Amino acid sequence: MNNFDEEKVNFAYLDERTKRMIRRALLKAIAIPGYQVPFGSREMPLPYGWGTGGIQVTASILGKNDTLKVIDQGSDDTVNAVNIRRFFQNTAGIETTTRTTLASVIQTRHRIPEQALQEGQILVYQVPVPEPMQRLEPQETETRKLHALAEYGLMHVKLYEDITKYGHISTTYDYPVMVNHRYIMSPSPIPKFDNPKMHQNPAIQLFGAGREKRIYAVPPYTNVESLSFEDHPFEIQTWNENCNICGSKDTFLDEIIVDDNGGRMHVCSDSDFCLERQQQAADPLDKLAQERPS
Amino acid sequence: MYVAVKGGESAIQKSYERLNEQRRGQKHIAELNVQQIQEQLKLAVDRVMTEGSLYDPELAALAIKQSSGDLVEAIFLLRAYRTTLPRFGSTLPLQTANMRLDRRISATFKDLPGGQMLGPTFDYTQRLLDFSLLASQEGPATDELTPLTEQPPSTQEALHFPRVVDLLNDEALIEKSSSTQDAEPPVDLTREPLSFPASRATRLQNLARADEGFLLSMAYSTQRGYSHTHPFVGEIRMGSLEIEIDVEELGFAISMGDIEFTECEMINQFAGNKSTPPQFTRGYGLTFGHCERKAMAMSLVDRALRAEELGEKVDSPAQMQEFVLSHSDSLEASGFVQHLKLPHYVDFQSELELVRKMRTQSRYALNESNHPKFEQNDE
Repeated sequence: MNNFDEEKVNFAYLDERTKRMIRRALLKAIAIPGYQVPFGSREMPLPYGWGTGGIQVTASILGKNDTLKVIDQGSDDTVNAVNIRRFFQNTAGIETTTRTTLASVIQTRHRIPEQALQEGQILVYQVPVPEPMQRLEPQETETRKLHALAEYGLMHVKLYEDITKYGHISTTYDYPVMVNHRYIMSPSPIPKFDNPKMHQNPAIQLFGAGREKRIYAVPPYTNVESLSFEDHPFEIQTWNENCNICGSKDTFLDEIIVDDNGGRMHVCSDSDFCLERQQQAADPLDKLAQERPS
Repeated sequence: MYVAVKGGESAIQKSYERLNEQRRGQKHIAELNVQQIQEQLKLAVDRVMTEGSLYDPELAALAIKQSSGDLVEAIFLLRAYRTTLPRFGSTLPLQTANMRLDRRISATFKDLPGGQMLGPTFDYTQRLLDFSLLASQEGPATDELTPLTEQPPSTQEALHFPRVVDLLNDEALIEKSSSTQDAEPPVDLTREPLSFPASRATRLQNLARADEGFLLSMAYSTQRGYSHTHPFVGEIRMGSLEIEIDVEELGFAISMGDIEFTECEMINQFAGNKSTPPQFTRGYGLTFGHCERKAMAMSLVDRALRAEELGEKVDSPAQMQEFVLSHSDSLEASGFVQHLKLPHYVDFQSELELVRKMRTQSRYALNESNHPKFEQNDE
């Protein structure tokens, strides 16, 4: 059904002119960190809302020598991640991997890998709603104005109201960030647990919103601060439990219901990281040998 | 022992197989072919072409077959195909006055030069199930063609049925065609992102691609007090029209073939303002094929969206550009609504943790203020 004929389909599906248009938008986005650049988003053979923005960005930056990793909710094996990886295997015939360290391009939905990224790697986020203030002001003509004037009172008042109502900020994912001291940006619906990883990250971070037709970016080593107040500093989620499989104490854990009585266990959401820790525990010497430069 | 979820790949493959089985249905029933759909489900084909922004009855029929008759899915298939096609140029503006008419009605004028023509319409059918269609009534196909009782005028004749609104506008009670003021060439919404405020040409392009159900409800809302329109159908016409393209090297226009259209001109009251005397204004709708409901809804919404231009108060959803144009596309809407099926457990985990924290805190707070029976204080 989805078997593309290599003769008929362009490398990574999009035609070269479209890729050039998207690359121009990407360059502009990198030049103005956090600013949402409108682009001529195409209708992809996958549905809007399922990663078309990320797919278009990935398609425009992939080269024949790239190695691609695709994750959804931190895992390489969820159906949507599998589907997008197959899309690029079929249309670009490139190497794919599940190992964070081996990937040159990582497309993600809702997570940043636990393994720290390196210079030269590119992280492509799938973004459902690029406008961080959309729920406060649905009119885009207005929010563009607010960004232009760096007038972010609306957002601060929202966070303040959270504190007066609940005692703390009630946003747990898609937690707004300030990029390069200038633009408030949606980090996409990653848990706020991942927000600190964006700050001064050596990798290039690209964001694609297909349905809303916007691209934005965070260049390497850029300041990304999660919004907070002096007396209410930003905090990330913590768990009392460890990962039941690899024992990790400082990763984002999914809660999994394991029996009919509501019994549950906690497991790393980043499946590659968890697996590597398991292997490391099983054979620490082998792991050391792999990591040592030859 | 829990093992991390694996096997997405084979699950997807199996799901393809099940989908094919579902599409094919029981094997002892003859398979539908694309020609049958194209010929006998014409209105479905027309809708898919209109909202798919691609005039190709055969591919639209194929999309309907492949999608098991889910028209929004068929529109998606056609659009995803369309997006890969190169663009060679633009056709010359259509002169719909030159349409070879299959249907033409006006609700504002009793008699028209050229007359009213019902053509194929459900309008005056009595909606009773025709059980005779249950049995296949036709014998094997014969070469004999049943002649139409009244032959349409032969194509040799000069065919020019001016549009009603232009014809009966000596007194200039109806505004002249208004989009001529737009000096800039229209943008192609499939290549450039929508930006606000959108010109009328851009809005019409968006509405032409818009989901019929959405447009219908928006149009309906304008009739029920959400924006003030007092619409009359000036004219609905359906028929085919030659498409021409200018080839620079040749120096003259060449014909690309004929395409079927439905056009609707809606006339609305307008009280006038400082610069314009009271007159009737227009809303416009155009679709491929026979999509009359859509064309009419489009013309109502087009008129409602002109509120700002005409100095009317914008206070209803149908008048708001951002509301209408950002939510009209079935692919965008369907994709985003249905993406909720994708795993969200990372976000849900985050919310779970927050709700637990908030519940613990509120319990403490209530206990401290001596509210032991806090369960009862639901307010």
